[in-house]
Amino acid sequence: MAFLEIQNLHARVAAPGGRDILKGVNLTMNAGEVHAIMGKNGSGKSTLVQVLAGRETYEVTGGTVTYDGKDLLELSAEERAREGVFLAFQYPVEIPGVSTSYFLKAAVNAVRKHHGQPEIDTISFLKRVKEKMALLKMDQSFMNRAVNEGFSGGEKKRNEIFQMAVCDPRLALMDETDSGLDIDALKVVANGANSLRGPDRAILVVTHYQRLLNYIEPDFVHVMLDGRIVKSGGKTLAMELEERGYDWVEREVAAGV
Amino acid sequence: MPTAETEIETLANREYRWGFISDIEADSAPPGLNEEIVRFISHKKNEPQWMLDWRLRAYRHWLTMTEPKWAMVHHPPIDYQKTIYYSAPKAKLKSMDEVDPELLKVYEKLGVPMNEREALLGLERPAVAVDAVFDSVSVATTFKKTLAEKGVIFCSFGEAVQEHPALVRKYMGSVVPYSDNFFATLNSAVFTDGSFCYVPRGVKCPMELSTYFRINARSTGQFERTLIVADEGASVSYLEGCTAPMRDENQLHAAVVELVALDNASIKYSTVQNWYPGDKEGKGGIYNFVTKRGACRGRASKISWTQVETGSAITWKYPSCILQGDDSIGEFHSVALTNHRQQADTGTKMIHIGRNTRSTIVSKGISAGHGQNCYRGLVKILKGASHSRNYTQCDSLLLGDRCGAHTVPYIEVRNTTSRAEHEASTSKIGEDQLFYCKSRGISLEDSISMIVSGFCKEVFRELPMEFAVEAQKLLGVSLEGSVG
Repeated sequence: MAFLEIQNLHARVAAPGGRDILKGVNLTMNAGEVHAIMGKNGSGKSTLVQVLAGRETYEVTGGTVTYDGKDLLELSAEERAREGVFLAFQYPVEIPGVSTSYFLKAAVNAVRKHHGQPEIDTISFLKRVKEKMALLKMDQSFMNRAVNEGFSGGEKKRNEIFQMAVCDPRLALMDETDSGLDIDALKVVANGANSLRGPDRAILVVTHYQRLLNYIEPDFVHVMLDGRIVKSGGKTLAMELEERGYDWVEREVAAGV
Repeated sequence: MPTAETEIETLANREYRWGFISDIEADSAPPGLNEEIVRFISHKKNEPQWMLDWRLRAYRHWLTMTEPKWAMVHHPPIDYQKTIYYSAPKAKLKSMDEVDPELLKVYEKLGVPMNEREALLGLERPAVAVDAVFDSVSVATTFKKTLAEKGVIFCSFGEAVQEHPALVRKYMGSVVPYSDNFFATLNSAVFTDGSFCYVPRGVKCPMELSTYFRINARSTGQFERTLIVADEGASVSYLEGCTAPMRDENQLHAAVVELVALDNASIKYSTVQNWYPGDKEGKGGIYNFVTKRGACRGRASKISWTQVETGSAITWKYPSCILQGDDSIGEFHSVALTNHRQQADTGTKMIHIGRNTRSTIVSKGISAGHGQNCYRGLVKILKGASHSRNYTQCDSLLLGDRCGAHTVPYIEVRNTTSRAEHEASTSKIGEDQLFYCKSRGISLEDSISMIVSGFCKEVFRELPMEFAVEAQKLLGVSLEGSVG
């Protein structure tokens, strides 16, 4: 049984006259795999992961998503998170007045409660946090700052992967995590993501650029075009795209190859 | 189409938690207000002639006044003749042992710490003295002995009139004169009881002082009067917290609080207000027309007002500071929540008279449901108040799309060496913020609660530690099931 099975997924913007964005996405991920999705702006890459995470500004109009044997679309966003789905946002939002420490603890406890576990004790929490901060080369003072408030773009992205590392998800969705990062930050972030690899989990990386995939080596690369996955291949596909751009894929699709 | 708004709307409703009615028989006056009632109240409280005279002066003046209509609140006309102005439990009790067990049960439900023994034995947190007011009469003052050792007088206002008349006469009406405004004048005529506190020179009051209020008998208005005086170099922290039962008729609450701080003295006055706010359609609920004012008489004196207002159908109050003494400081930190059909027109007045005076205003308004929240503030820096500064921060948070937030700031600066800064912001809880929290597994309710608490953090920080947690819980409860 596949870990994540997306079949003919259709979605539109949930507003009167909302545009169709996903027009029949098919994707199969097995446990232990890392998949990358690439594509031009407007191809629907970001929308796909947001729909998987359960964002209600998008309305699913058709298709199915099975996650670990469950109907993912039946679950609310918070339920999906508690079942191990984590979205690292492209544009992380600020939450003034709420410290990162408080927020993260609430997140960890929400998942634990869902699994019938007691709330995490302070010492264990701090230990885990310290570990992940070291992994992501972050400063201790981070924890006391309000979530994303006053963070630079790069810091926000790093914070996303840090949270992901602390929350330890089974399906990690990374939405253009690499945009706006310099090489060093990129390496650190990739490190964080790689630390989540495991036989019982999967990672889906959405990215524009091949560069990130040098550090998070994918098992499969998919190209998204106009709301659909139109081409799949191994990691060499990413390098081919880097060299040749997306036009040749479009032409291939148009020619019905 | 599911939006953040409709999602918020469908949260389960929750009953006003503290709504219940006590059985205790009250010794009430007939409804209506006339000179006889004023005399009746004074007689019931066994007051000296000078106090009765003061009341009558106020009552006669009240007859010449009209209700102010400039606030941004709308309500059906109040029939002052339908209200009962005096209600008290049958017996006046002297010691804890004599307290009616029914009464004690009521206080237990409200969470008032009445057990003196328990409080004195090995508490983790410092002791809190309580002067509990049940309807119009003060019952059982605790910790009198400990405070008396330091020379701190903390008793009911009624008791102070009897036992400390000189102090009362000296300060009562000196900050809020009986003719000040319609509601203060009404209060001056019919006030029933409240708290009195005097802290002598150089004494730092050893514990938080606190009072709980409750309106019980039908149609009883709560007209409490509080006076706190901190003598030179003295300091005191006082907390006022209120709850009230569910009612159909609107109940009038017109309190007056006067604070006086002399040289180098400081008074911290915190309020957590949770009067019954009315039901979802706006029926019932307390009308809260309060006059609170602090006089920083002395040099380098300081008065801080901190309030968390979540209740009342209508809130009309402007805790203010008169910064007379040079180098004196006034502070106002407020969280005001209006939900369902609540209305609030609240804010502060900072009057700078002395030199080098400073004032800080942090106002956080939260509107939800059909709530209407108006911040009305006055910063007045007089000519002689050279080198003075004010900083005002006025933030509004709108939850849902049917509530309103309004700001009416008045700034008057009459010298060129002073500075007034005003910052304001209006925001909503964004769908993106809520989704961000939900994507981490946090429930919608907890997300809203967390974001709102973050919004109020600066104000909660000012509350005495013990009550900051209660205030946060209160905010959470008040927001449940009605944000839309």
